[in-house]
Amino acid sequence: MKNKQSWIDQRFPLTKVWNEHLAEYYTPRNFNFWYFFGSLAILMLVMQLVTGIFLTMHFKPDSANAFASVEYIMRDVEWGWLVRYLHSVGASAFFVVIYLHMFRGLLYGSYKGPRELIWVLGMLLYIALMAEAFMGYVLPWGQMSYWGAQVIISLFGSVPVIGPDLLVWILGDYAVGDAALNRFFALHVIALPLILVVLVFLHIVALHTVGSNNPDGIEIKKTKDNDGIPKDGIPFHPYFTVKDTMGAVAFLWIFCAVVFYAPGLNGYFLEHANFIEANPLQTPEHIAPLWYLTPFYSVLRAVPPMFGSQFPGVLAMGASLLILFFLPWLDRSPVKSIRYRSPIYKWVLGVFVISFVVLGWLGMEPVTPLNVFLARFFTVLYFAFFILMPWYTSIGKNKEVPERLTE
Amino acid sequence: MKTTIKIKLILALSFLSFGVLAASELHLDHANTDISDMASLQNGAKLFMNYCSGCHAISFMRYNRIAKDLNLSDSLVSEHLMFAGEKPGETITTAMPEEGASKWFGGHPPDLSLVARAKGTDWIYTYLRGFYEDESKVFGVNNKVLANASMPDVLWSLKEGRPETEFNQDVRDITNFLDYVGEPAKLIRTSLGVWVLLFLGGLFILTYLLKKEYWKDVKYGIWRPRD
Repeated sequence: MKNKQSWIDQRFPLTKVWNEHLAEYYTPRNFNFWYFFGSLAILMLVMQLVTGIFLTMHFKPDSANAFASVEYIMRDVEWGWLVRYLHSVGASAFFVVIYLHMFRGLLYGSYKGPRELIWVLGMLLYIALMAEAFMGYVLPWGQMSYWGAQVIISLFGSVPVIGPDLLVWILGDYAVGDAALNRFFALHVIALPLILVVLVFLHIVALHTVGSNNPDGIEIKKTKDNDGIPKDGIPFHPYFTVKDTMGAVAFLWIFCAVVFYAPGLNGYFLEHANFIEANPLQTPEHIAPLWYLTPFYSVLRAVPPMFGSQFPGVLAMGASLLILFFLPWLDRSPVKSIRYRSPIYKWVLGVFVISFVVLGWLGMEPVTPLNVFLARFFTVLYFAFFILMPWYTSIGKNKEVPERLTE
Repeated sequence: MKTTIKIKLILALSFLSFGVLAASELHLDHANTDISDMASLQNGAKLFMNYCSGCHAISFMRYNRIAKDLNLSDSLVSEHLMFAGEKPGETITTAMPEEGASKWFGGHPPDLSLVARAKGTDWIYTYLRGFYEDESKVFGVNNKVLANASMPDVLWSLKEGRPETEFNQDVRDITNFLDYVGEPAKLIRTSLGVWVLLFLGGLFILTYLLKKEYWKDVKYGIWRPRD
């Protein structure tokens, strides 16, 4: 065994990688509930890749056959229904995990220096994941697939001057059709998964270079013992591998409860109208993206058309995503964790969470005067969270941050 | 601090569910179907094939799948459910020609493979019981759920001279059958789910104990807090 290991180590840094990233990767001992979602995101990525491979074996990326091929998977393919539900519920679960993972970052200031690049890479992952999910939702070729794609893709057509040409270039046609379905399939099963895997790799490499943040927002590397091991750190393996395994099983229990007892989650995970095949001649009464995209869809709808163009709304939607990238530089607080921040930040973060959730809800609702007013109100609050951040993070009295972890 | 955030989240979530409740307009009767009720599914299959399949296909469904799932023998199915010499492995289509359909009904009657998933069982149950007399329409009936529906009240003969509860039960059985047709896997999904959740529950206990055992090192052992 030892011989084999050294044989490999002379040719590939197996032991080195194992130690650097697992057995001797020292992790803060005080990780709480919120720290499960990083490893759960990896679990969901693997789940989507594996189930996706099997779906690809039976799915037909052809506008004449796509809808029927999904039903073929649901009925005639052995265990096809289970694989499909794992994949469709998996998409929503992935976003639940990612949103909680990002919220953890907001709670404990995980995006703050020296972890700015981890946050930026994470944001790129988030955007790639949204593109991946959007294109995946088009593939079953139901009414919502088709009309959702029509609405979202038409946004590119609102770009001044080049819009119409850009639209045709994206679709390979003048409308969403077979050409779009084919290229979305290619992007969904090859291009974006590759990008996601590479970004996850970079995200983890960056994390393991600076080390993990923790609920106290204290750099454990500042206090090391004589062997150079952080005094508040414990090896990731076996302590967090066993803990994350426990978390994964608990998560899978809830996940499977949804898969087996409410796979469509009453229209939230699989929209009812998507069980009707795409029909270019029949516009559904109400078109809404799936829940994980709706906060940004609300921002889009909150901005009225100007000079006969939807483009300002598209810009606002783009800005609502882009501004997240700048979080590390907008936050001027010397303190990372919410535990030691002034009460102002707690209130502001609470308002931000409410704004995001309400915008998400409004994005699923039809447009009414009241809804438009609410969408505008909460869009302003959403942006205020970022724009006012340099100000409200530099006022108020923070608590003193201890030298060492408190638990 | 944590609790205030939790309270805000809960408030936001309750707001959300309220909005969803307020969204439904049309009142639908509760279908109250039970997909595990085999007798109901069998009766529903029989009624569907006799009253509905002349015009409506369920083209994602195969005869022999119904036979297998509803505990019917192939011969029973070919005798009572197949009327035009189809083979057991075929999907259930309709003989109605496209042109005739457009002339008679103004369009081809929709395929009902997924109607339960698109519209819901309550919608089907209320729709099928929602016909009322309306002389201005071609077939003399209109529907309270789907105004100006171009479908005649094909179930009227089940209604005539029978107690309402019996008729309702028949409609419920058809609805139940269509719910099954919408997702045949539902039959196995719910019963299998119990075992999956029991397994994961057991596995959780094991992983919890494993974690606890390892973390003794962190609490009292070699990795206990150092100063």
